[in-house]
Amino acid sequence: MNALREKARELLATKTVQVVIGYAPGSGGAARALFVREAAQAGELVFDETCLQNLAAYLMKPEVRRLGRAALVARPATLRTILQLAAENQLAESSLLALVPGADGVLSLSTFSAIEAHVAAQDNDLSAAEKSELEKFAAMGLDERREFWQEQFSRCLKCYACRAACPLCYCTRCTVECNQPQWIPVPAHDLGNLEWNVMRAMHLAGRCTNCGDCSRACPVGIPLYLLNQKLCSDVLSSFNQRSGMAARADHSLSTFKPDDPEDFIR
Amino acid sequence: METEKRSIQREALAKLIEQWCREGKRVLAPRKSGDKVDFDRVTSLSEVSFDHVQTVQSPKSAVFPRVEELFSFRSADGQVEVRDRELDILPETVVFGLRPCDAAAFAALEAIFNWDAPDRLFTARRARTTLVAVACSRADEYCFCTSVGGGPGAVAGSDILLTDLGQGEFLAEIASAKGREMLQAADSLFGPALDADKESRLAKPAAVFAADAVAAVLAGLFADTAFWEEQSRRCVGCGACAYVCPTCACFDIQDEGGASGKRLRCWDSCGFGLFTLHTSGHNPRPLQSQRWRQRLMHKFSYMPERQGVLGCVGCGRCSRGCPVDMNILEHLRAIAEARP
Repeated sequence: MNALREKARELLATKTVQVVIGYAPGSGGAARALFVREAAQAGELVFDETCLQNLAAYLMKPEVRRLGRAALVARPATLRTILQLAAENQLAESSLLALVPGADGVLSLSTFSAIEAHVAAQDNDLSAAEKSELEKFAAMGLDERREFWQEQFSRCLKCYACRAACPLCYCTRCTVECNQPQWIPVPAHDLGNLEWNVMRAMHLAGRCTNCGDCSRACPVGIPLYLLNQKLCSDVLSSFNQRSGMAARADHSLSTFKPDDPEDFIR
Repeated sequence: METEKRSIQREALAKLIEQWCREGKRVLAPRKSGDKVDFDRVTSLSEVSFDHVQTVQSPKSAVFPRVEELFSFRSADGQVEVRDRELDILPETVVFGLRPCDAAAFAALEAIFNWDAPDRLFTARRARTTLVAVACSRADEYCFCTSVGGGPGAVAGSDILLTDLGQGEFLAEIASAKGREMLQAADSLFGPALDADKESRLAKPAAVFAADAVAAVLAGLFADTAFWEEQSRRCVGCGACAYVCPTCACFDIQDEGGASGKRLRCWDSCGFGLFTLHTSGHNPRPLQSQRWRQRLMHKFSYMPERQGVLGCVGCGRCSRGCPVDMNILEHLRAIAEARP
């Protein structure tokens, strides 16, 4: 933690970055995002197991971008998110560096290739617990699965906390806000909730980097991560592509390849 | 009306809920599901949670559902037929187990919905809704009712307020004509008046700021752009705070259907980028900092000034529900201490 604070101080003092986006103690024993703009404030930074939010979401926020070059305290999923955003042409390499706190101090990754090398060496697979939960979900029959999601989505308030927390939901105008024609019904009724959540899951298929922030953000506790993990594992098994591994990558679901495994495309 | 004090045993409370159900009333109460407690329709006392601090959502959907049909329409041969909602089919509702802060919040909703022209549907639902609150024996770090004129045992807003006195006995304070009507319909279930020490049973949330001081500072804080940017930087602009709030009343109008269909009222939030976006493309509040300022100004400055009621009851739901920990109590404390 001291190494992280020291690094933040140095980066700000030397004007290498204008803001360090990290974590500070928050309410209820949790951590929250902190935007450190003065070297003197770096002592407020913390990094421990309560630091869960994927701070890459802030890289897409205009108010944060305006602050200047950012150093981002990054967890494993945050690094994948940076690469995925880069692959989608949303981040300039010069706009940020990633700070990875570890046992032997803090790593400063200032290029996409350095982030790629670090990500390649870390475990990017679902955890054993995540895999077993996904298997349980996949083993449900169609009717059971429909019932499960209908019950879950019936509680959706359409507060869009999932979208707001997701770093990959960066559209300035979301499909649900397009009303000529209205693709997705706005009301939080059964159809509106089903279409909204399925649409969001489809738009994240092969893009989601499994940070889990959509589920953590949901005030009514809908396990949205299950949808995203399922779709990403399907993309992995169908196209052998895992999101967030490379700063230059074609998106599996929007790239035509003559050897596409789906024969209906030809 | 003077508050009448009675008592009621837990077993009698169970019978009271069953009686309401037999009378065809919709009973909404806090119910535990997974690790969350939220209002749901119940038919027995055993389904009701008592040991939680606060529910995720507020009970406002009893009078302001998240989606509500305002009217239906049909057009044919150049004629448009509009059919209003039938009000007499709206359910008689008892909200049971809401907190005193939640009960107080209905006054803020009434101030908004009946500001100039009374809102027909809201008024009809409100008239059919009775509030049987349960006083708070516990508070958490997000609670601040005592800073906004309320209290863990405050009677204002409730038709009946229950306070758990231990050993399965509750003090019942009958605080309105509706409460008295409810008592009269089940008088035998209530015991004699109690001279109980209610205060010792109540949570003691500290008063952190004075609401009128916040309003006074806010009046001069509008143009302090740097302050609002600093305050709102980690806000991601979702609607979780507004949707769990017991007093937030913004709504959006949506038409569904073509030549025939219905007009719906849906919850909306000042946190969204579409908030106050004009048809021209201009938005007077294009930044999240301006929308966050609007949220606080509306609740703590505009509402007291225009409607004589605060737009906040200190329930703390917005802070608990916020995905990025925009703890409103901290913001209010910072505002109270700001000297522009």
